[in-house]
Amino acid sequence: MAGSRMKLEFSRVIQGRSRLGVLKGLGRNGQDSMEVPGCLLYTHFGTVPHLTQDTLHTLSNLPSVTQVTLSNIAEHQEVLEEFKDGFRKFAGLHDTLLYCSLHDPAAPCPTGYTTNKTVSVWGSGGRIELTVAKFMALQKIVQPDWYQSMADGETWQNNTSRKRVRKSVDRTLTHLDECLVVHQNSQELDGVEVFGVVEGGDILEERVRSARETAKRPVAGFCLDGLQTGSMDQTLRTQLIAAVTKELPEDKPRLLQGVGRPDEVLACVEAGMDLFESFFPFQVTERGCALCFDFNISPDPERAVLELNGGERDTAGETQPNGDHNLDDQTQMTSFEIDLKDKRYQDDFRPLVEGCGCYCCKNHQRAYLHHLLVTNELLAGVLLMIHNTAHYHGFFGALREALANDQLDLLKDRVSG
Amino acid sequence: MAAVIECGADIDTTPENHMSLKKTLSSASPLTLRIVAECSVTKARACDLVLPHCTVSTPVFMPVGTQGTLKGITVDQLEGLGCQICLGNTYHLGMRPGPDLIEKANGLHGFMNWKRNLLTDSGGFQMVSLVELSEVTEEGVKFKSPYDGKEILLSPEKSISIQNSLGSDIMMQLDDVVSSTVTGPRVEEAMHRSIRWLDRCIAANKNPDKQNLFAIIQGGLNADLRKTCLDEMTKRDVPGFAIGGLSGGEEKDDFWRMVTLSTDHLPREKPRYLMGVGYAVDLVVCVALGCDMFDCVFPTRTARFGSALVPWGSLQVKHKQYAKDLQPIDPDCKCPTCKRHSRAYLHALFKSDTAAMHHITIHNIAYQLTLMRSVRQSIVEGHFPEFIRTFMKRMFPSRDQYPSWAVDALASVNVTLE
Repeated sequence: MAGSRMKLEFSRVIQGRSRLGVLKGLGRNGQDSMEVPGCLLYTHFGTVPHLTQDTLHTLSNLPSVTQVTLSNIAEHQEVLEEFKDGFRKFAGLHDTLLYCSLHDPAAPCPTGYTTNKTVSVWGSGGRIELTVAKFMALQKIVQPDWYQSMADGETWQNNTSRKRVRKSVDRTLTHLDECLVVHQNSQELDGVEVFGVVEGGDILEERVRSARETAKRPVAGFCLDGLQTGSMDQTLRTQLIAAVTKELPEDKPRLLQGVGRPDEVLACVEAGMDLFESFFPFQVTERGCALCFDFNISPDPERAVLELNGGERDTAGETQPNGDHNLDDQTQMTSFEIDLKDKRYQDDFRPLVEGCGCYCCKNHQRAYLHHLLVTNELLAGVLLMIHNTAHYHGFFGALREALANDQLDLLKDRVSG
Repeated sequence: MAAVIECGADIDTTPENHMSLKKTLSSASPLTLRIVAECSVTKARACDLVLPHCTVSTPVFMPVGTQGTLKGITVDQLEGLGCQICLGNTYHLGMRPGPDLIEKANGLHGFMNWKRNLLTDSGGFQMVSLVELSEVTEEGVKFKSPYDGKEILLSPEKSISIQNSLGSDIMMQLDDVVSSTVTGPRVEEAMHRSIRWLDRCIAANKNPDKQNLFAIIQGGLNADLRKTCLDEMTKRDVPGFAIGGLSGGEEKDDFWRMVTLSTDHLPREKPRYLMGVGYAVDLVVCVALGCDMFDCVFPTRTARFGSALVPWGSLQVKHKQYAKDLQPIDPDCKCPTCKRHSRAYLHALFKSDTAAMHHITIHNIAYQLTLMRSVRQSIVEGHFPEFIRTFMKRMFPSRDQYPSWAVDALASVNVTLE
């Protein structure tokens, strides 16, 4: 197998940690690229939740990489095998790159089913057990542009023992080696890249060991697993990420799994992460909320006056106390959003976010969204998904600009309100 | 002359524009029916129905957007499918969010941002079908609100008042709705009361220059009662007539006879709206019997269960047999769903995301609108009877599967099906 074509080209590296640049050499032909830090397009089986291609394409600047998950795909192995032409075509996707992950970051799955040789995913019909052989068979029929190797990441619970964490690191390395063997011998995966997965729970030494070992393998980049929102507080997460990135080559991208809150994204970019999954807008949508946090730091005389006069600000939801995380609490509102079911929006005829150019904000008002939510109408999900996705991607754009202009601290202040 | 506003043009709602629009319309009717073609064999017509927001080509199927939204479809998508008029429900919207809020939002058009035409029903049907304990008196329909238990009276005046606030292009009178399976004196009582309520609705309409009030012919399955109702209601100067009290649980043999009796006695130059009819066969037959407008929740409701409407019936996308079917729902269909997705993908998507429902909804609306467009085209081109024959052949595997009521109904307008 030829060396990986995926390469990170930096335009800036700030304080040896935050990275700004372009991930080049993507795709089967190696011609595509993606700006970093950036997020992937989160989908259920190739569909951005609630959206058809028409409503999806009201959004400009979609991420160039679409994420699909084996938890959605595994149960459809048979039809994909018969189809032969890969998932992108099967789903009628637009022109996009495809990244295949193991789990759905917004759907935490039951624990206790991982073995030395298998991991499990949960489809609509129940649990599906994957060996490396089955995992790789799936990759061959999905034909992504890149995928994460099979991994045991069941270390996020509070009482995970050291022994269990060590096992997850060992198993994940073994899975990686076995995946690579199959990969190198598969013509169908020619030009497809593999990301190694760094495990280690909340144990520093295991994290370092996992990173060091994974870095020795011929992978195109790294996924950091077991650090998802709710598994630990940000201070520990930053610590662990810092320790891990020391062991990883600079020019290979790092994807952080399961972290999507804007404040956590910023902290993790500062710690050296490049890619994120964009499931957070979906979670916000599902609770009937709209992202409204401010990420605009461009100098604006009008805004300065407004702020001086204690200008009009939406009171966003109650802040999630940072240290008190619980994976089950991922349905709780954050300070980055407004709850449109609240009676106060009943006759609020403003758009969700003033100045947002998305289809929802250009065409509809808070009062209408409120009505749709109160009456349980399907359109609520469609419109909120459009807005939340646009807002979240806008945030990433602002993040890259802040890094370019050395204004990350200013952005952090602005975002945390 | 009524001002004709082309579909798709932005309706500028600035005060100045409102005033000039008011001046143009104040002396004219907000509805004009232009008969473009009449079938020489059946009673079918193809018309241009000129309404305040745009012109509607008939025969037309009107999708139902009960609560100010069409179940998961954006107004852009609806416009993109060529929909020129859709429905909103007075009962639902009158409850939530209520007429006052919608008025503040510039009417239902403003609230849902739909730039084309809207038709609202009176709320009468929902009252009787959705509400447990409703009581009909001469005053109106008394019922208990399902949301806060308060007692509410929906009178003709109240219904029109709500519809005035909604600002729909076509409003329906409040009628005394009786199930088509009911017989006896209640039917006659309801028919006469509906006439009295029509007069009260006409008197209560605050916006006769912008909103069209349609009468609803009642009389159940009794030809004499229907005829009496027709004679009386056609004396009133309303811009259009609906045929009501059918499309319930009645026998199709009785159904079509009442439809054709009604169209026989309705004025030629006013539109005929057959309420609650939406199955493809019913649409084609009732166009032949002289109806112009139709509405039904069926296509959009059945979509959410994965049932896709096709020229040969329907296709249950969620069924196992489609798991590996790589064709689109209908290879001849040009809707966004069929252009991009296979049955197999949609089948799988139903297990992962609600968007699967939206894909089928879009397809089903496209199917209904395309059907009506083809019907209209065949009337204009003078070969509607052939169209009917081809349509029936496609829909049913063999001649002996043709529903006998349809055969009889078509025969009554000179179309014989081999």
